[in-house]
Amino acid sequence: MKEDGLRMWRHCLLSGMAVWLATVAPASAFIAYVSNEKSNTVTVIDTSNWTVTKTIKVGQRPRGIEFTRDGKFVFVAVGDDDSIQVIDVAKQEVVDTLPSGPDPELFALDAEGKILYVANENDNTVTIIDVEKRARLGEIQVGVEPEGMAISPDGKFLINTSETTNMAHFIDTTTRQIVANVLVDARPRFAEFKRDNSEVWISSEIGGTVSIVDPVKREVTKKITFEIPGLRSEAIQPVGIGMTKDGKIAFVALGPANRIAVVDATSHKVIKYLLVGQRVWHMAFTPDEKYLMVTNGVSNDVSVIDVAAQKVIKTIQVGELPWGITIAQP
Amino acid sequence: MIRWLVAAIGFCIAATPVLAADPIEVGIGYLGRAGVKPKLSLVELPAENDGLAGARLAIEDNNTTGKFLNQHFTLQEVRLRDNEDVAKAATTLAERTGFIIADLPADDLLKAADALRDRGTLLFNAGAIDDRLREQDCRANVIHVAPTRSMLADALAQYLVWKQWKRWLFVVGSHDQDKLFADALRRAATRFGAKIVQERIFEDTGGARRTDSGVTLIQRQMPVFTQQAPAYDVLVAADESEVFASYLPYRTWDPRPVAGSAGLVPTSWHAAQDQWGAIQIQNRFVKLNSRHMTALDMQAWTAARMIGEAASRTKSGNPKAVSAFLRGPDFSIAAFKGRRLTLRDWNLQLRQPILLVDGRMVVSVSPQEGFLHQVSELDTLGADRPETKCKLQ
Repeated sequence: MKEDGLRMWRHCLLSGMAVWLATVAPASAFIAYVSNEKSNTVTVIDTSNWTVTKTIKVGQRPRGIEFTRDGKFVFVAVGDDDSIQVIDVAKQEVVDTLPSGPDPELFALDAEGKILYVANENDNTVTIIDVEKRARLGEIQVGVEPEGMAISPDGKFLINTSETTNMAHFIDTTTRQIVANVLVDARPRFAEFKRDNSEVWISSEIGGTVSIVDPVKREVTKKITFEIPGLRSEAIQPVGIGMTKDGKIAFVALGPANRIAVVDATSHKVIKYLLVGQRVWHMAFTPDEKYLMVTNGVSNDVSVIDVAAQKVIKTIQVGELPWGITIAQP
Repeated sequence: MIRWLVAAIGFCIAATPVLAADPIEVGIGYLGRAGVKPKLSLVELPAENDGLAGARLAIEDNNTTGKFLNQHFTLQEVRLRDNEDVAKAATTLAERTGFIIADLPADDLLKAADALRDRGTLLFNAGAIDDRLREQDCRANVIHVAPTRSMLADALAQYLVWKQWKRWLFVVGSHDQDKLFADALRRAATRFGAKIVQERIFEDTGGARRTDSGVTLIQRQMPVFTQQAPAYDVLVAADESEVFASYLPYRTWDPRPVAGSAGLVPTSWHAAQDQWGAIQIQNRFVKLNSRHMTALDMQAWTAARMIGEAASRTKSGNPKAVSAFLRGPDFSIAAFKGRRLTLRDWNLQLRQPILLVDGRMVVSVSPQEGFLHQVSELDTLGADRPETKCKLQ
């Protein structure tokens, strides 16, 4: 009887704890890695309380940054060291280097996480790397200043944008040949597929637009433009793009306009503009898509956006000139 | 029957580019005067291929793009000797190319433009900064890529005013182009609220720019030349002829900064510019030419890139199509200056930010924050639409 009572009491306490945990603990306990282009560091942020837990020293000019598929490592392109460094998430330090080709900036991992495609700005090439063997598999000649990289949801095509050529190159991932080139507006920076493969969005920093490209016809079907009262159109420079998995809402970073455009991804209409930090650049969703984190280069911070509420809820100081961001399960 | 035939031919022509194996050839000429301009500083002496090297890099960039569009670009260089007739040379070059990038003095440029007026050749002024070429002497077949003196002067004045260095001691050289730059600086001072507290003329009495014990003499001359000035914040020098301005920094009687033709200098480009992805073009340029990229190189690069950009957008190498696109509302070009560059439709001047450099670093980029404009902040630099004297024809 006595023991039973104790068990019941314990049971009660435990289930109570569980309820308490479920209501109080943040739904998103993830970990975000931010590359700081000028300070040569990567900032680690715990998203359960939005605090910086660690600053990791990396090579020169870190920009493109991405978790491996298993979440155990983070790749960061250190352009001025002509390599991609590998951060061990458990140790929170650089443990290895990949042979990336000169001046790597952005890269894309294939679905299995085995092959890495790297844009080499200085060389007009895309380098293909076998991640496990740490070996270069080949190179693809593309336009002048390759930058944006995205792999189609079916894995069949790689999109690379070249900034001075002003094109999105469609590369067949099997033959590693360019199969189509789509002209977009000036200085294309970033490419993002809709998960259903119906559209790929390309941001043009200097052109000031986002081109919607039909991946089958491989032509521009629409262009999204942005207008912000009180701002000259030259200051509106789209760079990073984030889209929800259901393909309904997209967020576009507008650089020196210091704003994120929230776009209805079906109608392609801008719903609203969110004021964030200065020179907003790239972004990443938490895996549950409740939050979106964006890097603000000139104000040296990261803004946190509540995706459902479409509101900025928090700003976190990081290193100098934060550039890229990647988020995963801890 | 004939109508059917015409339609069929039209269809064949329209369909050809898809099937064509031969690329569209786009020839670009480069017309400049031989010889090197004198400079006080040995490190600033321009290379023989100054300007041309920038055009060459743009041809490479255009061809990288062109291989995806079946377009091929070539550059043909013509250097004029002292007494060579510019109109004749331009006409000969125009027989081979529909576009000419010109690095010519103002009068030569006008002669070339007038000689080519009826040919449909499009000229790109990469070298001459004279305002009159965009104002009373403007021509409908000349696009100006080089900034004007007044754009350069306004860019500097905006920064000096922002810095609260509003009292200028003004020193002007005795040559014609020094006076033109001085006029632009005076206009800028009035526009942006700076005050010239005193003006002095530095007479060019001749003499060599290079001597064995020059420094000793200069160190005696410059403090004396700048003494007994009214209270001032900054010495602004107009010396395009490279006679004295570079001798002024660190040698003024009062400890004051120098700007204008020495010290803090306004320019369209500098080898130290590394923002907005510029490091990539700087690296490409050094790799190709084994030297640093100058303002003239950048102006020529931009001109050749404008042609490449228009050719890829219009899928044509025809000067008429290219010209129409460049003048139209859809044209803009990315040139590593943090925003798109467009053409002023009233005088065909390329709008552009201006760098302020100290010889080693980019100190600032104008237009400065707070100088507002209803159309484009870039139009706070140089003569604006309401002031223009240009009638394009």
